[in-house]
Amino acid sequence: MSLIAQLPVLPIIIPLVAAPLTLLLPKPRLPWVWASVVAWVTFAACAWLLATVASTGMISYHLGDWAPPLGIEYRVDLANALVLFLVSGVAALVFAFSYHSVRAEVDAAQTPLFYGAMLICLTGLLGVTITGDAFNVFVFLEISSLSTYALVAMGARRDRRALTAAFNYLVMGTIGATFFVIGIGLLYQATGTLNMADLHERLIGQDNRMVQAGFAFIVVGIGLKLAMFPLHLWLPNAYTYAPSAVSAFLAATATKVAVYVLIRFFFSVFNFDFAFIGAAFTYVLLPLGIAGMFIASLAAVFQDDVKRLLAYSSVGQIGYMLLGLSFATVEGLTASLVHVFNHALMKGALFMAVACVVLRAGSHSINAFAGLGKRMPVTTWAIILSGLSLIGVPLTVGFVSKWYLLDAAFSSGHGYSGFLIVASSLIALLYVGRLAEVMLLREPPSEGKYAFPAKEAPLAMLIPMWVLVIANIYFGIRTDLTGGIAQRAAEALMLTAGGAP
Amino acid sequence: MENWIEFVLERYNYWIVITLMMTGLYIVYARGNLVKKVVGLNLFQTSVFIFYITMGKIAGGTAPIYIGGELDHAGESHGNGQAGEKSLEREGHGEENLHDAPEGAPASSGDLHGGTDAPQGGDALHAKVENLPANDLKDALKGVDPGQGAEAGEGLHALPHAEAAKISNEALKSAGKTFPEKGFEVEGALHQAGDAANAMDGAHSALGEVIYSNPLPHVLILTAIVVGVATTAVGLALAVRIREAYGTIEEDELESMDNVAEFGDAAEARAI
Repeated sequence: MSLIAQLPVLPIIIPLVAAPLTLLLPKPRLPWVWASVVAWVTFAACAWLLATVASTGMISYHLGDWAPPLGIEYRVDLANALVLFLVSGVAALVFAFSYHSVRAEVDAAQTPLFYGAMLICLTGLLGVTITGDAFNVFVFLEISSLSTYALVAMGARRDRRALTAAFNYLVMGTIGATFFVIGIGLLYQATGTLNMADLHERLIGQDNRMVQAGFAFIVVGIGLKLAMFPLHLWLPNAYTYAPSAVSAFLAATATKVAVYVLIRFFFSVFNFDFAFIGAAFTYVLLPLGIAGMFIASLAAVFQDDVKRLLAYSSVGQIGYMLLGLSFATVEGLTASLVHVFNHALMKGALFMAVACVVLRAGSHSINAFAGLGKRMPVTTWAIILSGLSLIGVPLTVGFVSKWYLLDAAFSSGHGYSGFLIVASSLIALLYVGRLAEVMLLREPPSEGKYAFPAKEAPLAMLIPMWVLVIANIYFGIRTDLTGGIAQRAAEALMLTAGGAP
Repeated sequence: MENWIEFVLERYNYWIVITLMMTGLYIVYARGNLVKKVVGLNLFQTSVFIFYITMGKIAGGTAPIYIGGELDHAGESHGNGQAGEKSLEREGHGEENLHDAPEGAPASSGDLHGGTDAPQGGDALHAKVENLPANDLKDALKGVDPGQGAEAGEGLHALPHAEAAKISNEALKSAGKTFPEKGFEVEGALHQAGDAANAMDGAHSALGEVIYSNPLPHVLILTAIVVGVATTAVGLALAVRIREAYGTIEEDELESMDNVAEFGDAAEARAI
């Protein structure tokens, strides 16, 4: 019963058990301290897990010592260890960051509930990532989603539209989750198992209508959760009206975890001799990914609300991940995983910077950003650096993502999509450029609604934000770190999926 | 034509699932009242619960609550309904037990065989256990359609003790290979497999074994019900908060209020 043997379950158990305790702590500061400490401990466990998996290979943990396929199995390989590391790392930074922002945006009475819900959301996201049991994915998905609905609704103190946003998210999210369960049910009928590895074995050679229907339900269900282009309608409002710290957390983690689930189902549950999967790549993921890249990015250009601008940009960036995935090659999958990681870094930093502005200006309208360079230079430069990363300028992580994607596009015979990637990056240049122009070249308004004194955000917010900004540059230079792990993960995934389609 | 009606009627549980599912989804999309939307969502989820329960049901099976004391092995393997090969393996153990019983403990062999005739010796017993269900299966299949029955029968014969779902699988596979282009034929084979499974269940009860419905979908759906209740609770709580903040829960009114707020912002932004 050593701690190391129980390592895989720690990232789930620690935040889950810690969450209710936040409610018992005295109000102003302790719930935050407790939640942050827990998030950092969870991060340490995930980092340890990643290091272990990278050196010794896949870990299979049997929950409660019940052997799979009947018992629930936690199966950690490089792909999900990377996502676990990412999610818990961003969570640790966002938790540390959130104190001032939450005090300004959430009712004081709700603060302990807020941190409790954040910890439960973290549990759910980590659980979705770590589990090797298909039904368990649904349960954790709903644990994270339900707490997300509550978190988004807590933005109602600043703007009541948070409530309608949360309600729409709840309706769409529940439809997505229910579709996912129907899909799992059909697969269970076809195979009699819920364990992913077992499912994979038993689905080999099965290509009947039941499996096809199950596959379709799962793709649409997860598509709703990850805001795949035409199913993204819940996302812009939810991210816009949620408390800023929640936006930063969700933008960096929730959709990434859903992308991971899609990858897991495509490559570790179904296999490539299942004819539908090739069709899904060619006729669903590829066109929708490209459509998302262009339409959502274009929509971002015309937004007057910076959070909504970033939210639409997120939908566009998800398009890149789906595009990489749809190539169904090792290179494409590597690009997809790298972009999952990198996009979390840039969007986390950008939403944190917006949170700093909201704290001082009390608004996330683009008007509040006028002349920001003179009032909050440190925040402004964080936005500009991560914005450059979003466009894909060399020496940032965005460039690494685009490089891998272009490489994958040309090597897999989808050369035309390479040009589309570059073209859509130019749209990113438009919306980031518009933001930069407003921040650097406009004069700050001296009176009216958007006038506020020139004062930087507190250090407690600036430090986590700059850690992410520096990570944007560090991982942009040390490309071997994420790229190497992602490549090994992609090779392992392709191997289970059965080579080229 | 009659076959077709039978085909529809026999799947009444699936029709209930589909009707509920579509009704629920329609309410979610078509109704403007937020509470009605939540109720529609609930209906939609309920259809999935029924879908899972219907999947775990085995004709003639009792609720998955352990009742037999003496039939340890047999009971266990049936409890694990769809565990496919696993259940076959365990079935193998069960048969070994039957073999051993007359030699090692003659007293218990009577318990094991319940309703069957008096035991005459290990080999005879073995033959009975193997042949009885298989013959019944063949009869059932022939009764429906001799042509395809033989096809599906091959698969069934190989798995005399496996549960309904596993058999459906095998039948589906073998039928799929024979009639790859005709979906309906596949369904037909499934249908027969279902009948055959019923007959097999009869054979099992004749042997005095307890047949359980598959407990796993029940457990899964208990979890899903908890999730569903939580979703409904959060949805209704949000509706209450919306009512407090906006004074209405009609979607079109909310939308127009939100639009005013939004375009107000946008107009201001353009002024700069």
